[in-house]
Amino acid sequence: MLTDILFFFFAGIAIFCGIMVVTRRNPVASALWLIGTFFALAAIYTLIGAFFIGVIQILVYAGAIMVLFLFVIMLLNLGNDYQPDLRSRAWMITAGGSGLVLLAILGRVFAADTTAPLGRLTGPEAVATQVAEYGAVGAIARPMYTDYMIVLQVTGLLLLVAVVGAVMLAKRRV
Amino acid sequence: MLTYYLGLSAILFSIGVAGVIVRRNAIIMFMCIELMLNAVNLSFIALSPYAGIEGQVFVFFVIAVAAAEAAVGLAIIIALFRHVESVDVRNFSLLRW
Amino acid sequence: MGDGIVNGAAAGFSPFLLGWIVLLPLIGFLVNGAVAIAARRYKPVPLAAASEEEDVAHRHEEHPATPEPIPATPPAWTKSLPTFVAPGVIALAFAIALVNFFRMLGAGDALPVIERYWSWMPVGDLQVDVAFQLDQLSMLMTLIITGVGALIHVFSVGYMKKDEGYARYFAYLNLFVFFMLILVLGSSFPLMFVGWEGVGLCSYLLIGFWFREKANADAGKKAFIVNRIGDFGFLIAMFLIFAHLGTLNFVEVFAAAPEQLAFGGAVVTAICLFLFLGATGKSAQIPLFVWLPDAMAGPTPVSALIHAATMVTAGVYLIVRSSVLFAMAPSASLVVGLIGALTAIFAATIALKQWDIKKVLAYSTVSQLGFMFAAVGIGAYVAGVFHLMTHAFFKALLFLGAGAVIHAMHSALHATHSPRDAQDMRNMGGMRRWMPWTFGTMGVATLAIAGIPPFSGFFSKDEILGYAWSGARGELPISQGSLFGVGGEVWMLLIGVLLAAAALLTAFYMGRMMLYTFFGPNRTGEAESPHLHEVGASMKWPLVVLGVLSLIGGLFQVEADVPIVNWFAAVAIGGPDALYNFLAPVTAPAAAVMAQNIPAATVATHPAWPVLLAIVIGAGGLLLAWYLLKPAALGVEGEEPDYRRAWERILHDKWYVDEAYDRGVVRPVVALSGFFARVLDRRLIDGTVDWMGRAAQSVGMVGARVQSGHVNTYAFVLVVGAVLALFWFSGGFAWLAAS
Repeated sequence: MLTDILFFFFAGIAIFCGIMVVTRRNPVASALWLIGTFFALAAIYTLIGAFFIGVIQILVYAGAIMVLFLFVIMLLNLGNDYQPDLRSRAWMITAGGSGLVLLAILGRVFAADTTAPLGRLTGPEAVATQVAEYGAVGAIARPMYTDYMIVLQVTGLLLLVAVVGAVMLAKRRV
Repeated sequence: MLTYYLGLSAILFSIGVAGVIVRRNAIIMFMCIELMLNAVNLSFIALSPYAGIEGQVFVFFVIAVAAAEAAVGLAIIIALFRHVESVDVRNFSLLRW
Repeated sequence: MGDGIVNGAAAGFSPFLLGWIVLLPLIGFLVNGAVAIAARRYKPVPLAAASEEEDVAHRHEEHPATPEPIPATPPAWTKSLPTFVAPGVIALAFAIALVNFFRMLGAGDALPVIERYWSWMPVGDLQVDVAFQLDQLSMLMTLIITGVGALIHVFSVGYMKKDEGYARYFAYLNLFVFFMLILVLGSSFPLMFVGWEGVGLCSYLLIGFWFREKANADAGKKAFIVNRIGDFGFLIAMFLIFAHLGTLNFVEVFAAAPEQLAFGGAVVTAICLFLFLGATGKSAQIPLFVWLPDAMAGPTPVSALIHAATMVTAGVYLIVRSSVLFAMAPSASLVVGLIGALTAIFAATIALKQWDIKKVLAYSTVSQLGFMFAAVGIGAYVAGVFHLMTHAFFKALLFLGAGAVIHAMHSALHATHSPRDAQDMRNMGGMRRWMPWTFGTMGVATLAIAGIPPFSGFFSKDEILGYAWSGARGELPISQGSLFGVGGEVWMLLIGVLLAAAALLTAFYMGRMMLYTFFGPNRTGEAESPHLHEVGASMKWPLVVLGVLSLIGGLFQVEADVPIVNWFAAVAIGGPDALYNFLAPVTAPAAAVMAQNIPAATVATHPAWPVLLAIVIGAGGLLLAWYLLKPAALGVEGEEPDYRRAWERILHDKWYVDEAYDRGVVRPVVALSGFFARVLDRRLIDGTVDWMGRAAQSVGMVGARVQSGHVNTYAFVLVVGAVLALFWFSGGFAWLAAS
């Protein structure tokens, strides 16, 4: 019961912060509201039982990625003399409309049959058992370093490429 | 309860979409994309108790890819900014014929 | 064939280096082609300077003032290498063919041998292999092609000695032999067609060999285009065969045809007529003969090899090869015979009034090919092949002899820089004084073609005429057939009369040619005649060998049961009826088909009068020419005598066939093409395409507005697409339709 209350609380924060992200004209403000969303989401993750992901969410997203965003915003000096960048009212209606339609359809999809969303149902116990047995990190690490080993390596390679690519793109002279 | 998690995911995703469509600031568009990614992550996490621990593993990968994407994307924005002194996408019509 | 040469070999027969017979000429082509390309950079003569048809001797002294950026003459190896390679490979191929031939004699009935190399067209039901079929017929053709070919290659060494395209010439000639061998050795219709097209290509290349003269290039094009019409027939015939029999391999087709096709039915008749259309193109029969006389634009040895001895006989080979099909279609066979006989007489009349020595021989070739077609048309397949063989000997000899004469004339006219025509018989006369060897060998060939015993042409031509008379008496199976409601024996009587008349004309025009060329006073000119000379050894000895073959070639097939002819049975090579016995396995299926379907053809009788008639005709024609024609007063080259009789002019102008084709075919086609080009193509098709282009452009202009370049818009479109896709996947459309 407490969990439900906490969920609705954090869900409200996440939605509110999300709306603020989209509507703020100052990019710095947007970025800060986005961090709020991330924190709310991290809380929801821990509510569900994904402790490790919750931590990672804060460390990587709120910590690293958003810092990068802010850093770029500051670097480009966008925080002060930002221009109004919202599009016309017609576009706002269009965007809102399409968002609502998307929401309606997603709601329809998700509400259809949630008892066995992927055709199989291991039950909350299975994950809980794994977390209990191997710990929050171990439960994720085991499949990641066994079944998804190659994917992990490829992800590492991707990060390397991204680093090199970012350096190449951002350097003044190559 | 799962329905609510997924509903929240859908709402956040829609907000992100609306933001990408309506904003012209490239960095804010980027942030909206991050918001959409997080919405999807929430779906994964919410489903993982039912579908297995792989949901969380995938979220981990999504975060890694998002980090890479943010790095490259921001580098592109910096490169573009050097050209036109702006991050307003109206100035970036290179995709045009 | 003969008992003496059958060694006690095993009955089985394994071909000896069969592939090399075909491969050797190809190697020769590659070597000579490479040399030709290498020699090109030494060519000093600018494009406009070279002219003169048949200018063998001219080239390099005539343009001393030409600027010479590169060494004027190619290095010696560009001539010496082809000199040995080109005739060498053909001679080697001939040697291998001979080995095979002697092995085959002891082989009994183990033929045909199919030597398969690789699968060429495995397409569904159609399985075509690259495979060679060696049987008596292809063996004989191979021997003729490589044997006569080798002699002509040797002759060419002397004839083309001073031509700057020496290596190129031999490359083409080798390539021709290669394709010709594929034609006769191919084991299926498609492979034969490859050779068929290949020899057409080489013919085109060699007719237009001196392509700087527009007339020569045009002649090549004419040959190529006229042949296309025939090839169309060949292709249709192949399609029909495959559609009805499901195979294109000779062995399978001829085994299946008697069982699966109705005797004398529409299908087999159509197949035969289309095959014959193909044959008329390649073998210059009515109505497609017009290219062959123009083909004389090529070097004379080419005329000897391609346009007399080998390629033009491909049509005869095709019909003999398909004899089973033709035996099943008597009316088609009668068409073949009739067209052959008509061509024989028609071309012979034109030959009467030609002044160009090569044109006489060209029309003579058309005429003699008509004889062969008449023979195979009336079912005398062996007689057709026999005439093909003897004709290859004596016509090749005649052309080479003519080449020798032209060569001598050329040197003589060139010595005084006379612009006169080296090929016009009005400039010759009395040549026997300077060219005794040429005169002697050509004399043999003339006696042979006229049909004087014991020369080769006598035996072959008499056999054809004998069969025609025999058929007229209703003694041949095809006599029982009918065409246009008229019985076969009536048609055969017509064929016999036409052939007899053609034989008389043959003797006459050959006598005329010999008389004008070698007898009477010399008309070359005071200054020129001392320069006339006999040809060199490389040109003389092929003439002699061919002369011997023309003399004795008839003895390969001496009919034992024909009076007068059988006097020669004692000296017959390989015994009487040797060729008939040799080819029996090839023609037996056709004979079996006829025997099975035609009720009891009466046994052929052999009276003596046809033979006597043939001799009288041959001798009479020659004597007539001798007494009627006056070689002293022939008028001047280029100016036609004032023909008092209309038919003389008609004959000289070749029955106006070219003009008729020009009016009836070429000009309407050109006009129609013009119409298509101007109206249909430019207006309709181009217009449509242009309109579509403009329409696409307009649509693009509209569509380009969508491409604003603004990422937001793209994102919006993307979202719309995603929404639609999601809607679709979640069954939303079905839900909408239901509600």
